[in-house]
Amino acid sequence: MDLLTIPLHDAFAPLAVSFVLAAMGLNIHYGYTGLLNFGQAAFAAVGAYAMGVAIASFDVPFIPAVILGVLFSVLLALLMGIPTLRLRADYLAIVTIAVAEVLRLFFTTTNKDYFHARDGVSGFTSGFRNANPYSEGMLGFSRNDLWVMTVGWLLVAFFCLLTWLLVRSPWGRVLKSIREDEDAVRSLGKNVYYYKLQALILGGVIGAFGGFVGALGLASVQPDSYNLDFTFIAFTMLILGGAARVLSPVVGAVLFWGLLSFLQTLLSKLIGEWGVIPDSILNSEQIGNVRFMVVGLSLMLLMIYRPQGIFGDKKELAIDGR
Amino acid sequence: MVKSRPLAVLAALLVAVLTLGIAVGASPARADDEDESERTLTAQLEDSASGNTPVEGVEITVTTSDGDEFTGTTDADGLVEIVFTSPAGTPVTVSLDEDTLPEGAQLRPGTKTELTVSSTLSTISVDFAIGPDNRDVETKLDRIPGAIYNGLLFGLVMAMAALGLSMIFGTTGLTNFAHGELVTLGAVCTYLLNVAAGIPFLLAVPMTVVVALGFGWLQNRILWAPLRHRGTGLIAMMIVTIGLQFLMRNFFAYITGSRTELYDDFTSPTGKDFAGLFTYTGRDLAVAAVSIAVLTVVLLALSYTRLGRATRAVADNPALAASSGINVDRVISIVWVVGTALAALAGAFLAFQLGITYQIGQLVLLLLFAAVTVGGLGSVWGALIGSLIIGVLIELSTLVIPTDLKNAGALALLIVILLVRPQGILGRRERIG
Repeated sequence: MDLLTIPLHDAFAPLAVSFVLAAMGLNIHYGYTGLLNFGQAAFAAVGAYAMGVAIASFDVPFIPAVILGVLFSVLLALLMGIPTLRLRADYLAIVTIAVAEVLRLFFTTTNKDYFHARDGVSGFTSGFRNANPYSEGMLGFSRNDLWVMTVGWLLVAFFCLLTWLLVRSPWGRVLKSIREDEDAVRSLGKNVYYYKLQALILGGVIGAFGGFVGALGLASVQPDSYNLDFTFIAFTMLILGGAARVLSPVVGAVLFWGLLSFLQTLLSKLIGEWGVIPDSILNSEQIGNVRFMVVGLSLMLLMIYRPQGIFGDKKELAIDGR
Repeated sequence: MVKSRPLAVLAALLVAVLTLGIAVGASPARADDEDESERTLTAQLEDSASGNTPVEGVEITVTTSDGDEFTGTTDADGLVEIVFTSPAGTPVTVSLDEDTLPEGAQLRPGTKTELTVSSTLSTISVDFAIGPDNRDVETKLDRIPGAIYNGLLFGLVMAMAALGLSMIFGTTGLTNFAHGELVTLGAVCTYLLNVAAGIPFLLAVPMTVVVALGFGWLQNRILWAPLRHRGTGLIAMMIVTIGLQFLMRNFFAYITGSRTELYDDFTSPTGKDFAGLFTYTGRDLAVAAVSIAVLTVVLLALSYTRLGRATRAVADNPALAASSGINVDRVISIVWVVGTALAALAGAFLAFQLGITYQIGQLVLLLLFAAVTVGGLGSVWGALIGSLIIGVLIELSTLVIPTDLKNAGALALLIVILLVRPQGILGRRERIG
């Protein structure tokens, strides 16, 4: 029974919401504009750290702290976008993956009185939790989780609506044409560079909201939550759902997070309770590795055999880098 | 209250460390329970005036925030251990009774007899300096030759991996995000052969190169060649490389149990001094010699052999190369084979500096990107020069920034280069737009 209930539980939990938002941001980048952002974790991290440190160390109220997080993610988008968006697609990918790694190092090793190294920032949730209307938990979620989930899924709904409105607008049509043929858009007199930068900022801000929800759900901000795994899980979720569809990152993320949780539960039962797999082949510490190997393999197979994912339109996604 | 405490504790800690020049094991001071806990203070007193001989019979007192005093005296080894109880999370004062110092022993000028320790660890150690300060203080200037030497060595090894990355990019247009994992492959494969199978290191490395040649051929055969023939876009292929990177990285983590391992051989070579400037080892020289030899052979082959010229023709214009009778697929296959082997060889050597861990790939990937971008993506000489620049830069940067952050310097250079000369030092402009 656990095999069903635990994945179902995890698929809607705060952490899943944070991945949904990260994948939605990537959808703006990759799905609609054709930008390869391999550093979505950096946006989530910068948002979460800015909010967490502002509240925990400087006693900033909750809402201004969130706004601060958004501002920092906009700055990050400018930092990564300005040098790279005039160049070939791979340069953005290289810079984003590198910035994400260096930021993680930065949060782990410097300013320990604010970032607390690997222990992470904590003690910033009281303002948010005091507004909690739920008096008790249900369905296996604590009342804090329920409150984070309510806000998180409302944010998902809001950003879905925003994305839907934006991509139907003239602005969104320019983004999609940039994805299809940059030179053609340029010949029509559009400033491709600024459109790309705006898309990078918008997707990054949605990613930062993913960081907020994840941080509130865990009640802490730790550097290792934002390693490259975060980005690539979000990417796999997006591709699974199908890029360039408003709702597909949501479905892809819930489905994929549920599947990962199912795999985790299954493997730990196989080596523990049921004792089918001997310890020499797989021990409990290696379950995470096996799970992530599955993430990598799914990303490869999806990209090779079904790049449009579940809902995508193959014709719409004829992206080419050269 | 809870918020102000870490700051206050930190300030106290800072004062203690700065004024007394002692190392105090610090930990985040966030103990919430007010229980009394039993803790231990240790100290070892040595007199630097007489060649660090132990100082015996010195009385040391711990005063807790309650005012309780616990006293101990150093033994024949100059050691003292005081067990005391104090309210958790409050600082204690440690004082040394100067009158009990033996004849001739004197506290170092500037050393105070009373320290405030705010560590919350169960065992705290303090240090009172006795005798004149005769430590060899190494200045930043003294470290420059050593940093350049280490940087060049690191850059030479990394250049082999960068060359492969650049060649694959040049001939196929693909940025291979899994290239770092090919480096890890070299380290892990050599480790398995050397430690698990007991093969000597000098034999394990050539065997690893052979394995990597095979792996390079195989990955082109079953993955990249079919994708190219199908006309898969480059962005889609880049995402496939990311998937492969993820798969391989976690596979290596699974194999090594996420631990950092060492080879059986050549782990601690004896260092020799070079004109008082830096320390080198025989192992370093051998690694450098092999790297230079391999790089020379590959670069000469690219310039002067038929195959090398064919490779450069494909990099320049695949369609034109094909129409002039070059078997483009064969050239690309060889580039994958050679590129993988070069990366694996670099990995086998880099493991000396980084240890054998699944995280080599991710770290090296970032530096490789910085190197090939600085040198010029797609240019073979650029890969070499970029690697050397990045290698020296990250080592030199440790003189001014914390060692943990040294790789950030490489990234800063990457961004600056993209802003001012996106094609890199030796790259050509048409490749970037």
